[in-house]
Amino acid sequence: MTETLVSYSTIAVYSAMAIYALAFVMFALDLSRRVAAPVAAVGVQRAHADGSTIVLEKVDAPAGVTNAPRYLRAAMALTIMAWVLHVGAAVFRGVAAGRVPWANMFEFTLTATAIIVGVFLAVQFWQDLRFLGVFVSGFVLIALGVATVNFYVDVVPLPPALQSAWLVIHVFVASLGTGFFALGAALSIVQLLQARRAAGKAAGLRFLDTLPGADKLENMAYRMLVVGFVLWTFTLIAGAVWAERAWGRYWGWDTKEVWTFIIWTLFAGYIHARATRGWRGSRSAWLAIIGFSAVVFNFTIVNLFFKGLHAYSGL
Amino acid sequence: MASSPLSDDTPTDSTRPQGHFDSPETIQQPRLGVVGYLRFFWRQLTSMRTALFLLLLLAIAAIPGSLVPQVSSDPNGVIQYKANNPDIAPILDQLQVFTTYSSVWFSAIYLLLFISLIGCVIPRTKYHFDALRARPPKTPARLSRLEGFTTRTAIGGPAEAVAAANALLRKSGYRTEVYDNSVSAERGYLRETGNLVFHTALIGVLAAVGIGGGFGYTGQRVIVEGYAMTNTLASYDSFNPGRFFTDAALEPFSIAVDSFVPTYEIENVSALGQPIDYVANVSTTLRGATPQKATIKVNEPLHIGGTEVYLLGNGYAPVITVKDMAGNVVFSQPTACLPQDANLRSNCIIKIPDGLAQQVGMIGFFYPTAVELSDGTLTSSYPDSINPVASFFIYTGDLGLDNGRGTNAYSLSLDNLTQIAGGKSGTPAIRLGVGDVADLPNGLGTIELTAIPRFVSLDVHHDPAQAWVLLFAVLVVIGLITSLFIPRRRVWVKVVESKNGTLTLEYAGLARGDDPGLDAAVAELADRHIDQLGAATSTTRIRVKP
Repeated sequence: MTETLVSYSTIAVYSAMAIYALAFVMFALDLSRRVAAPVAAVGVQRAHADGSTIVLEKVDAPAGVTNAPRYLRAAMALTIMAWVLHVGAAVFRGVAAGRVPWANMFEFTLTATAIIVGVFLAVQFWQDLRFLGVFVSGFVLIALGVATVNFYVDVVPLPPALQSAWLVIHVFVASLGTGFFALGAALSIVQLLQARRAAGKAAGLRFLDTLPGADKLENMAYRMLVVGFVLWTFTLIAGAVWAERAWGRYWGWDTKEVWTFIIWTLFAGYIHARATRGWRGSRSAWLAIIGFSAVVFNFTIVNLFFKGLHAYSGL
Repeated sequence: MASSPLSDDTPTDSTRPQGHFDSPETIQQPRLGVVGYLRFFWRQLTSMRTALFLLLLLAIAAIPGSLVPQVSSDPNGVIQYKANNPDIAPILDQLQVFTTYSSVWFSAIYLLLFISLIGCVIPRTKYHFDALRARPPKTPARLSRLEGFTTRTAIGGPAEAVAAANALLRKSGYRTEVYDNSVSAERGYLRETGNLVFHTALIGVLAAVGIGGGFGYTGQRVIVEGYAMTNTLASYDSFNPGRFFTDAALEPFSIAVDSFVPTYEIENVSALGQPIDYVANVSTTLRGATPQKATIKVNEPLHIGGTEVYLLGNGYAPVITVKDMAGNVVFSQPTACLPQDANLRSNCIIKIPDGLAQQVGMIGFFYPTAVELSDGTLTSSYPDSINPVASFFIYTGDLGLDNGRGTNAYSLSLDNLTQIAGGKSGTPAIRLGVGDVADLPNGLGTIELTAIPRFVSLDVHHDPAQAWVLLFAVLVVIGLITSLFIPRRRVWVKVVESKNGTLTLEYAGLARGDDPGLDAAVAELADRHIDQLGAATSTTRIRVKP
C-alpha cells in the first residue's frame, strides 16, 4: 500500500516537473514577446466611418497583457496544472507516510515549493504578478530537480523528537514564510532591473517597459516581505516553544537557530531600511535579496554541511 | 569670580597657558563640548541609520558562531576542533569565537542595539501618548492636493452633511473633529501602539532571558533503571547554575526510574531499528509526599516543583560482577555505556581500584544485537537487545585514582597500565553473553555479565522567567501584526456650498506609513456618505464621477 502511494507521488512529481518546465518556457516566451508590445500599442490603427481620414489612436493597453496573452494564459494554465499534480504528490507522500509530508529534506522541498507556487497563484487575485512566473517556475523546477535527485529518501517513521503537533505548525508556517520571501525577493530583483533601466542601463531588457515601475515594485515587494516577516517571527517563536519541549531549552544557538535568527535580523533590517532616508529603493531591495539568499542557504548548506540538532534531512 | 574671563579688564587671562581651567577656551568649549558630544552621540545612537547598521552588524556577527562549534551547544566539538586546528584555534579562542553569543563583541552589539532601541522607544511613547489625546489637525485648505481626492455633489444643508460625515467617520473608528464646514478625522493610532508594544516586548524578552538565565539552573544526570536521583547539587553529573543561583532554587524532589521502554521500527525495511518511541516510567516524590507514577517522553517533559525534567538520551548500563579468587564480590554495579551509533554499539569504562591483587581497569564494548564481521570483530545490527554481547579489554597497573584528583569516569588513562586481555596482549578479549562467567587473566578472579538494564539521561531545567519570555514573545507577534497591518490615516470631508444651492462634497486622505488601501477607503467613504445624505434629505441627488 505504502509503495503504491509512494509511486503515485513520484509519478506526480515528475509529471509536475515536466509541466513546470513547459510553463517556464511559456513564461519566458511571454516576456520576450513583450518587447514589441509598446510599439504595437501605439501603432493600433482605426479607420473611422467617414472613410476619408485615418486617425491614429493610442490605445491605452494594460501593461503587456493584451499583447502576449496567449503565452501568458498558457503558462498560467500549465502552472495551475503542474501545481495540482505537485500538491497531489505531496498529499500522496503524506498519506503513504501517515503523517505530514515534511519530515525530511526531500519532503520539505516538495511541500515548500508547492506552497511557494500556491502563494504565487493566490496573490494573482490581489495583484497581477504573472510576470514573476519565470522566476517562480524556474526556481521551483530547480528545487524539485535537486530534491528528487539528491535529497530523495524512502518513507520512514518519525523519530521521537519530531512527534509533535509543532512539526505541523512550525514547519508549515516556515514554508509559508519562505513562499512570501521568495516572491518578495523576485519583485526586488525586477525592481533593481527596473531602476537600472530607468538610469539608462539594462537597455536589452525591453520587456521591463511592460512591467510596473520600480516604486510600484518596491511597494509590492514590501507587502510580500512584511507578511513573510510576520510568518518568520512566528516560526522562530514556535520553534523556540518546540525546542523547549523536545530539547529542554527554548534557545541554544544551534546552527539552524542561528541562521533563523540571522534571517529574522536581515528582514528586520530590511523593514527599517525602508523607513530610513537614503536606504529606500535599491539598497533595501538588495537587503531583501540577501535575506532570501540566507533563507536558501539556511535550507541547503546549513542542513547538509553544518553540525546541529536540526539533523532531520534524512541523508 | 566677579569678572568674566572674556572681559577686557582681566589682562592676566591672556597669560594663562592654553588648557588652563580659567582660560576661556578650556572652560567654555570643553564643557559645552562634552554635553554637545554626548548629545551628538546619543542622537547618532538613537538614529534610524544606527539602528539599521547595528541590526545588520548583529546578523553578520552571528555567523561565526554557526561556523565554529560552540562551548554551550557542542563542547566536545570544540575540543575536537582545537585538536584538529592547533594553529588557528588559539586565535579564535582569544577572539571568543567559541563562545560567540556571550562574547564581548557580540554582547556589545546587541546591548548597543537595545540602548538605541530604548532611546528611540521612550520619546516615541511620550509623543504617542500626547498624540492619543490631541485633536485631529485642522482641515487643509486644498484637499485636492492630497491622496485619493474625490468629490460628490448633493442637495441639502451643509450642517446636515457635516454631521452625517462626522457620524459616519466615528462609526468607522475614526477620531473626529469638526472645523467649520469640514470634518477632520484620524484613525489607526493602534499602528503606533503596536509598534511600541513590539519594540518594548523585545526589550522584555531580553530582560526575561537574562533574569531566567541568572536565577535558573540546568543539570544532567544519568539514571539506570531501578535507581533514583534527588534534586541536590551532589547528585548531578554536570550542573550549570545561573549567576544568581542559590541552593534554595533546588526544589526537594526525587525521581526513581522504574523502567525505560523503547520502541523500534520492525516492519518498514528502509527504517529497521529506527526509534519510534522512548518512554521512561518514573516515580516522583515532591517534598516527602507520597510517590506519584509518571512518564517522561521526548516531547513530553515532566513538570515537578517548578522544574522541567527532559528525557534526552538513553543507552545500556550492563551490570558487571567481578569476584576475587575466593569468590568474594569486589565489584557489582551497572555501568552506563555511551552509545556510538544508531544501533547502540556502546563503550564503557570500568575501574576497580580495590579488592583484587592489582588495580584493574577495563574498556567494555557492548553490542545489544551482536553480529560478527568478516574480520572477527563484533558490531551491533539492531538497537534492542536481541543478542547482547559485551567484550572487555583488561588492564592492570595504576589507575591514577590515588592522587586525590578527580578523573573522568568515562575515560581511562592508559599511561601506567598494562593490557592483559584483548588487543596486542596475546590473550583474547573477554566476551560475555548475559549470565556468562569468565576467568580474568593472571588468576585475578572472575567476571560476569549479570544483567543489562537500560539507563536514561535526564536534563533538569529550572527557569523562573520562562513564562515571561513566552508572554513577551506573544506580545512581539501581536505588536508586529498590529504595527504592520493596521493603516494609520487621516481623512477629511469638506462641504462647499455652491451658488446654485447644491453642495460640493470634497474627500481626501493622508497616509501615515504604508497604506495601500487609502484611495479605496476614501472612495468608499464618499459613496457611503452620499448614500446616507440621500436617505437623510430624501431628495434626488446628482452624482458626479470625477
